[in-house]
Order: sequence, then structure tokens, then C-alpha cells
Amino acid sequence: MNNHSQEGLADWAGPILQGALTTLEIAVLAYAIGLVLGLLGASARLSPWAPLRGLATLYSTAVRAVPELLLIILLYYAGSQALTAVTNAMGFSGQVAINGFVTAVGVLAFVQGAYMTEVLRGAILAIPRGQLEAADAFGFSAWARFQRIVVPAMLPNALPGMSNLWLILIKDTALISVIGYSELFFTIQQAASSTRAHFLFYAAAGVIYLAMTLSSTALFARLERRLRRGQPNTEEA
Amino acid sequence: MDFSWLGDPFYQEYLIEGFINTLWLIAVSAIGGLALAVLVAIARLKGPRPLALAVQGFTIVMRGTPLLVQLFFFYYGVGRLLEGIPGIQDSVIWPLLRDPFFYGALTFILSVGAYSGEVLRGALLSVPQGEREAGRAFGLTPLQVFTRLWLPRAIQLCLPTLTGEMILLLKSVPLVSTIALMDLLQAANLIRDETFLVYEPLLLIGGIYLAMTLVLTLVLRQVERHFPGMQPERGRGWLPRRLPHRQREAS
Repeated sequence: MNNHSQEGLADWAGPILQGALTTLEIAVLAYAIGLVLGLLGASARLSPWAPLRGLATLYSTAVRAVPELLLIILLYYAGSQALTAVTNAMGFSGQVAINGFVTAVGVLAFVQGAYMTEVLRGAILAIPRGQLEAADAFGFSAWARFQRIVVPAMLPNALPGMSNLWLILIKDTALISVIGYSELFFTIQQAASSTRAHFLFYAAAGVIYLAMTLSSTALFARLERRLRRGQPNTEEA
Repeated sequence: MDFSWLGDPFYQEYLIEGFINTLWLIAVSAIGGLALAVLVAIARLKGPRPLALAVQGFTIVMRGTPLLVQLFFFYYGVGRLLEGIPGIQDSVIWPLLRDPFFYGALTFILSVGAYSGEVLRGALLSVPQGEREAGRAFGLTPLQVFTRLWLPRAIQLCLPTLTGEMILLLKSVPLVSTIALMDLLQAANLIRDETFLVYEPLLLIGGIYLAMTLVLTLVLRQVERHFPGMQPERGRGWLPRRLPHRQREAS
């Protein structure tokens, strides 16, 4: 049984790198879509129209109260069933690999959107009321006010929360391995069981994820400094 | 939607076992994790420099890697290494080291210790220095200052964040189904395999989790209200909370 353990980390470096790229692709796409969902959700939660407010509250509360893994499994089955139905109806069949990627992104974005809704809502509420009134007094249209005042004023407040969500998202991509889509952690699991070097490969997985999260933290810190450049230097901590 | 399997005592047993294991895991991890968090926070603030650095490294690693990866690392990685130690299979602790519950609890304790330790460290730092000096002036020993004054004051400051961590702990429990520990999700998976139903068992435990989150939120809110020094009516600390803004990090 020992001739199996000849292959080691070097033989798996290629697939693992590929998996890491897939993980990053999934994370970036899911983050972008989650951001859009979060903006829509936050606007809906702050809208004057009660049914819309109720719907958005239901979305963000229910999704945040159920474990991510459970949601991911549930939505994965529901999502891939729906997607297969759509592609079959359009005359394609058997595009399981693409479907796996699309559902992985969709599921993570859906969960991410709920958390993003709350982060953005809090950040929008933290904008001093006078700034919005000033925009109205200057005759800004609703869109111009949103784009020129609300977004730039909210971003510095939202950024710590957004950075946290990005870190959560990177770590949540590992959950995709549970449903068998071949991203970083799924590849690692295959490598570990094929070489029987469990300790080595799971430690390597930890190092790769750590590299991703640490470099993201550094990037977000720079971004926040840049976004706060117009603000008075309020000494934190 | 077919929920007729709910009447089958065989499946009920799965669910009850999964529910009990879930509760046990939360209780053990919460108590062990919060105790570890106190040690982590104090080691980073007052420990000798090498220890403080080591603990900081531990915190960074635990907070920067997915919980699922940690779970696999301890269960498959460390677990298999332990298996290879000669004589260990005859020792008294072997049944414990073979049990997935042990690895699940260990991972969660370390994770809660790292996350809550950071929260607690920030809170300990925001307790005004003068209060500790007052304690010393009243003749308390340094240990008494810590246990009776510094730590309780810090907990007051960060209690809402700590209770948030407990909710996140509750929501990470389903991860242990991946190491074949019988929690609610694993129970649902077994029922799905046997009944060929895709959604119903998952929806059921989704409902159970929703209810558990709500109950835990209400219980923790009561804890927050009745914690000594909290004003009951406002439900918040009467000192401004000056903790860094953070939401965190599930998995």
C-alpha cells in the first residue's frame, strides 16, 4: 500500500493552483453580485413602501438566521434543478460543469447579499441627515443624489463591514466543496485522500486560505485610507 | 411536500440524536471557547512577549482560515497522525481520540477562543486605566483586580459582540456533518438517503435552526439585560461602546 504515497505535494501543485484560481473566480463574482443584491436590499429596506420593506427584511433576516452550509446545500439542489430545466428547455443538455460553477456563484451571492444588505443599510443610515438635505436644497435629482452624495458618503462607513464580508466569503467558498464542485478545498480533499498525506495537504490548504485572507486585509486597509482621504482625521483607537 | 416520514420512530430517533448532539456541541464549545478567550486576551495583553506573539499567530491563523478546513485538519490530519503513535490505541484516551465529537468540539473551542479572544482583548483595552488603579488603591491583589473588576467591566463593554459570536457558533455546527458526526444536518442527510426526498428533511432542519437562532437570540438578550451593571430598560451598556466595528466571519 505504500506505493501510493509516492506522489506528494509537487504532483498536486498544478491542480491545487487551478482550484485556488477557481475559488478566487467564484469569490469575486459572488462578491460583485452580492454587492448589487445588497444595494437593492438596502434600498428596499429603506424604501417608504411597506411591502418592499417587508420583503427585504424577510430576505436578510431569514438568510442570516440559517446556517450557511444548510442554505448552500438547499439552494444548490434547487438552483441546479432550475438551471438544468432552463438549459434543457433551451435544447442544451449535460452542461453540468458550467452549471456547477453558476450555481456555486449564485448560492454564495444570495447569502452574501443578505449580509451586505445589513452592512449597507447601516452605512446609509449613518450619513448625516444634513448632507442629504443639502443635496435636496441644491436641486439634485434622486439619481444624482444617490450617486454623488449617498454612495461616496456611505462607502467609508461600509468598508469595514464589506471587508469582513469579503473575508467571510473567501472562507465560505470552502463550503462549496461539500456539494462536490471542484474548487480549492475539494481538490485538496482529493489530494489528501489519494496521497494519504492528510496532515500535509490540510495544512497547505490553511496556508493558501491564510495567504488569500491576509493579502485581502492589506488591500482593504489601503482602500479605506484612500476613501477616507477627504475626511477629517478622526483618531480611532 | 411529503413529511410523512416524520411519523417514523426510526427517523425521529435520528433527529433527536442530532438535536441533542447539536446542543451538546454548542454548550461544550461555548463554555470551553469563552474560557480560552479569556486566556487568549490576557496572554496577548500581559503575557511575556514570546507567548503574546505565539497567541497572536494562533489568532491570525484561526481567523484567517475556513472553519471547514480546520475541522478537516484536526479530524483527518491530526487524527491520522495520532493513530500512528505506537501504543496509543490501547491507551485510556483512545476512545476519545477516535470520536468525531472530540474533534468537532476541539475545533470549535479553538475557533471561539480566537474570535472572542480578540473581542475581549479590545474590550479589556477600553476599560479606563483609572478603574484598575482604584482597585489597587483599595488593596485588591492584581488577580482580584482582574477577576472582580477588569474582566467584568470588559465583558460589560463587549457583551453584545460576544453574544453575536454565540449565534455564529450555533450556525457553524452543521459543518461537523462533514466529519460524520451525527448533528441535525447529518440526520437530515441520512433521512434523505433513505427516503430519496431532496428538500423536505433539509427544510425541516432549516426551520429548526431558524427557531434555535430565535430562541438563542432571546435568551442572550435576557443575559445582556441582566448582566450586572447593565441598565435593564435600555438593554445596552451605559458606557459608550468603543469597540472597533466588526461583523465577522462565519464559517
